[in-house]
Amino acid sequence: MPTMTVIEAVRDAMRGEMRRDPRIFIMGEDVGARGGVFLASEGFLQEFGESRVIDTPLAESSIVGIALGAAVNGMRPIAEIQFADFVWPAINQLVGEAARVRYGTGGRKTAPIVVRIPYGGGVRGGLYHSQSPEVIFAHTPGLRVVAPATPYDAKGMLISALRGDDPVVFFEHKRTYRLVRGEVPADAYMEPCDKAEVKRPGTDLSIFAYGLMLHYALEAARLVHEQDGISAEVVDLRSLRPLDTETILDSVRRTSKALVVQEDTPAVSVGSEVAAVIAEHVFFDLDAPVMRVAPPEIPPMPFSPLQEAAFMPSPEKIAAAIRELAAI
Amino acid sequence: MNTRAAKAKPKAHVNGANDKQEFLELYRQMCLIRQFEEACGEQYSRGNIRGFLHLYIGQEAIAAGVMRSLRAEDYVVTHYRDHGHALARGLDTNRVMAELFGRATGLSKGKGGSMHIFDAAKGFMGGHAIVGGQLPLAAGLALACQYKGTGGIAVVFFGDGAVNQGVFHETMNLAAIWDLPLLFFLENNLYGMGTAAERTRAGGVDIYPIAGSYGIEAAMIDGMDVLAVREATGEAVKKIRAGEGPKFIEAKTYRFHGHSMADPARYRDHAELDYWLSRDPLKSFPKMMLDRELATAEELAVVRKSADDEVASAVKFSLESPPPAKSELFTDVYA
Repeated sequence: MPTMTVIEAVRDAMRGEMRRDPRIFIMGEDVGARGGVFLASEGFLQEFGESRVIDTPLAESSIVGIALGAAVNGMRPIAEIQFADFVWPAINQLVGEAARVRYGTGGRKTAPIVVRIPYGGGVRGGLYHSQSPEVIFAHTPGLRVVAPATPYDAKGMLISALRGDDPVVFFEHKRTYRLVRGEVPADAYMEPCDKAEVKRPGTDLSIFAYGLMLHYALEAARLVHEQDGISAEVVDLRSLRPLDTETILDSVRRTSKALVVQEDTPAVSVGSEVAAVIAEHVFFDLDAPVMRVAPPEIPPMPFSPLQEAAFMPSPEKIAAAIRELAAI
Repeated sequence: MNTRAAKAKPKAHVNGANDKQEFLELYRQMCLIRQFEEACGEQYSRGNIRGFLHLYIGQEAIAAGVMRSLRAEDYVVTHYRDHGHALARGLDTNRVMAELFGRATGLSKGKGGSMHIFDAAKGFMGGHAIVGGQLPLAAGLALACQYKGTGGIAVVFFGDGAVNQGVFHETMNLAAIWDLPLLFFLENNLYGMGTAAERTRAGGVDIYPIAGSYGIEAAMIDGMDVLAVREATGEAVKKIRAGEGPKFIEAKTYRFHGHSMADPARYRDHAELDYWLSRDPLKSFPKMMLDRELATAEELAVVRKSADDEVASAVKFSLESPPPAKSELFTDVYA
């Protein structure tokens, strides 16, 4: 089986689906001549031409809005937002409009758009190139919100997103783009866009994470296993809306302890919802309070490298929390 | 190949020996910016500056030419390619560089970095990394100047990419309808990151006619000619101060390097780059001074040396500055 990085898997999924389905096109800032700011669509302009690989003005509201209109009219657009930090002008089109198409038309119309959003920190991006705004979308009924962490999931979930009939906000952690490599089948396959997955089984406690934090959690689980003999299960949330509560609760029932790890600030976040779901349904299975590892409540994220490191969760910080939780 | 600026007529005139000190100062500022940016590139390659870094090399004549018409009570708001504006506005070179290094002595104590240079004491209200995001902020600063009757104005710099954002049009409309003391200064360097402006804008690469549809008087100038920039800005600022409402200047310019340190700029052809390099204001302006005997080669060398020294000491200052204390992570969040 070939190995790919996350960005290569994203490219592979898009290329394969665009060859398969002429309704799919991609639009966004610099996606054409430059091949995308992270080169996700490198070579696409040459292969698919300007009608399917569309360089847009810097106008996120229009990028998503026009993609939405085309989707309602039978197309399957991919809209790329260059950095998650730039998505705010498109909020109305996504939260206000796309999320309501199916419901508002009594099911007569659907909005099969995939909005790909590179997000996350750890890249010295500072205030406007590091944000994790996924909770805004995860809060919105009518949207599907996913955040794959591995090349395998990136390809399989992107193909599912492109073949599904709902608007999908597809978060890709930019630090993982070239950092994470893994086996990816050459052929097309679908990974579900609404299922979490146990990435490392364990018995002492459950860690819930997504995106870059999944990899940090796996690293921390390996550390505490080697150094302390703690068996931590690591669950990759993958889907942030809907949350796969079944997988979350099943894991907590088995381990009786839960640690939520995220890069977004903790108040009113995806992690809050995970903790709430656990408290609602399996409170009496818990042997300890739900614990969270997340950045401090400051505007993400400081530029200075030392402060960025202080802001971001790390394998070491997660390992410390695991030890604390395991000791309870 | 885009050589649109060649068609812009030179507007500036030399008014005799009184201009000598002024010209030397313009040259000093351009040298300072160029040298600062060269040093940034070097420090980036050494790993002392990290993250996203956008150099202003090629566009120096604009920052240098505009600031001469501004007063202390005025405000400057700009985009993420902001080091040049900061230096020309008189921000402390040491503290600008230290901000890029992420040190405690930086203007924002290392929290902002390259794209977010602020100095409220100098009316410098930021580089802004969201394209077009700074425009309504500038209009708000201008509104407050008007409301308080300070006589101040706001100048907002933005690029050709920003004009396609809805907020650009919203801001022009409000500025015009409220007669705000605001100068829209468009630095049209012909590319929004890797995409040529003419590929993303209906109506071609000349953008200033848009302003007319909002009733805003607009001019297009050669952004490689520091005197043309100074003169056009002076005229516009004079009218704004006289209460004539917002004005719009489009300066055609070119960044000699890629969009950022990660961009080799393969989307531009060599002939185009060579054309613009041949119009480098750091070459043409001192040549003009020599040709017209406004300065001697020795005087120009002294100016260059002082700029080089200032930048060298800023690098040294930054290297010797401490990183921010970890406790600084939690400061400046709420009042």
